[in-house]
Amino acid sequence: MAEKKKIPLEFEKPITELYDKIAELETLSREQNIDMTSEINAMKNRALELETKIFQNLLPMQIVQISRHQLRPGTLDYIQLLFTDFVELKGDRVFADDPAIIGGFAFYQGQNVAVIGHQKGHDTKENIRRNFGMPNPEGYRKALRIMRLAAKFGFPVITLVDTPGAYPGLGAEERGQAEAIARNLQEMSRLPVPALSIVTGEGGSGGALGIAVADKVLMLEYAVYSVISPEACGSILWRDAAQSEAAAQALKLTAPDLLKLKLIDGIIPEPRGGAHNNHETAAQNIGQAIDVFLREYSRQNTDEILAKRYNKFRNMGFFK
Amino acid sequence: MSVLDWFSKQKESNAGRRAGRLDIPGDLWVKCPSCAAVLYKKDLEENHKVCQNCGHHFRLTFEERLSLTADAGSFREFAAELSAVDFLDFEDTKTYKKRLEENQRKTGRRDAFVCGEAAIHGYPAVLGIMDFSFLGGSMGSVLGEKFVRAAERALEKKLPLVVFTASGGARMQEGLASLMQMAKTAAAVARLQDSALPYIVALTDPTTGGTTASFAMLGDIHLAEKGALIAFAGPRVIEQTIRQKLPKGFQSAEFLEEHGFVDAVLDRQEIKNHLAKILKHFVQPAEQR
Ligand SMILES: [Zn+2]
Repeated sequence: MAEKKKIPLEFEKPITELYDKIAELETLSREQNIDMTSEINAMKNRALELETKIFQNLLPMQIVQISRHQLRPGTLDYIQLLFTDFVELKGDRVFADDPAIIGGFAFYQGQNVAVIGHQKGHDTKENIRRNFGMPNPEGYRKALRIMRLAAKFGFPVITLVDTPGAYPGLGAEERGQAEAIARNLQEMSRLPVPALSIVTGEGGSGGALGIAVADKVLMLEYAVYSVISPEACGSILWRDAAQSEAAAQALKLTAPDLLKLKLIDGIIPEPRGGAHNNHETAAQNIGQAIDVFLREYSRQNTDEILAKRYNKFRNMGFFK
Repeated sequence: MSVLDWFSKQKESNAGRRAGRLDIPGDLWVKCPSCAAVLYKKDLEENHKVCQNCGHHFRLTFEERLSLTADAGSFREFAAELSAVDFLDFEDTKTYKKRLEENQRKTGRRDAFVCGEAAIHGYPAVLGIMDFSFLGGSMGSVLGEKFVRAAERALEKKLPLVVFTASGGARMQEGLASLMQMAKTAAAVARLQDSALPYIVALTDPTTGGTTASFAMLGDIHLAEKGALIAFAGPRVIEQTIRQKLPKGFQSAEFLEEHGFVDAVLDRQEIKNHLAKILKHFVQPAEQR
């Protein structure tokens, strides 16, 4: 994984400070040839305890920050770490290619699959090129094109969701952002191959759902999935964007809350300190989930899969 | 999202300046937000809330839309008993529960969507109507469920489905469950698409956000009422994003027609006739059945 200089999130600072001190002590002990093993081990234990404690008590808004972390692995990272022979497909065949969504065919442990996901950048330049992972209509249409090809060839579809939302721009509106998303929802609901969606980072509203109507919808432990960003929700309902913490609490956008509400099907654990601290382990854990999914669904017939998928979404909602 | 527009308009309305509502500047007179003409309220209502001076279409309530669309006495409502629950205990400046109660009292209905069987110039159809005056026509669990039941009723009775949309988008107070109504309604449309039954959407002012990005844009035929705002992202959100003013008429019904998303832009008074003309291709009028 890229060892870029990590700027710790505010709540990560006590942990990073402790690890910095440990590193200092190790250097000192080496240079001065003093045995500090027991002190260092004690500090390591303390750091571990502290990290565990902090990560067990994260506030929803802190989880939102982790989900948006610039070094959090994205679709391309996971493709590189989990799949082989990825053949990227570009363009919607109507208007353009949208770098905010990538997709194509690949092998997962020798099995054919289609992989589609939002793509942000790990730095500003890449983020601008990928429009911060906010797709235009052609992104959704490209995704649908790839899904239809997957259906044609009988490849299961795996989507990785990580977007602040669909792009609210002039061109996007002119070219039918709403229609593109709506079409995907409709077509994914009856796509005749198994479909797995994993929210890896930010599950931003309709822009996320546009590639996430699937048989199983899983979330990484510190991913979020929400109808609206906490900031926008705060500014609308509380009339104060600074109320994002209250909004994040109220929206119930974390993986454990959404699992309780049965709006997602499972949670994929993240490495200690979050996926941004260890891309490989995050990828391994996702790989396990893909494995379980492919094994379960390869045995089922299409009608059965489609009926279950329909009923799953049919039954979502709370009313009396 | 575009609910933002609705909430800020609510704010304006508290200050007594909201466009599109009739009860603001006194009881008898209304100022048209489009041409600024001062209209006698009774005349305006007799003209189906269309400005006699410039043709501006004021928003309609469910009852007004129904009486303009369905043959008198033909409407048989179903799923009327469904109402929302505050399952997240959502509280912003008010509890969701309170907001629901207020809107139920104000409109006399349980939620923002009413559906039933109806006749349109004799042609039978399942008819669904969204009401913007109920919490901005926001799409929550009740709306999703009722839409699906309407689609299922259409399938069961082999009837066309006609839906009038008017919505600020998703209902935030239901969190992710409200977003999932997009998938739920789109999946129900997919089932209709697999049948030979027509699904007709009439887009009215405003239709935005998650409603547009789901069942509203999936019709076999899209009609739109003159001048209606039809959008994914609301104008304010776009202006904040691109930091410039939007061109006049952007995201209007006419704009959508020009860009290929709407089959016909109609005057309010033409919609019923146009619907009947469409339905004639698919069903027999009731007396001939
Ligand atoms: Zn006027």
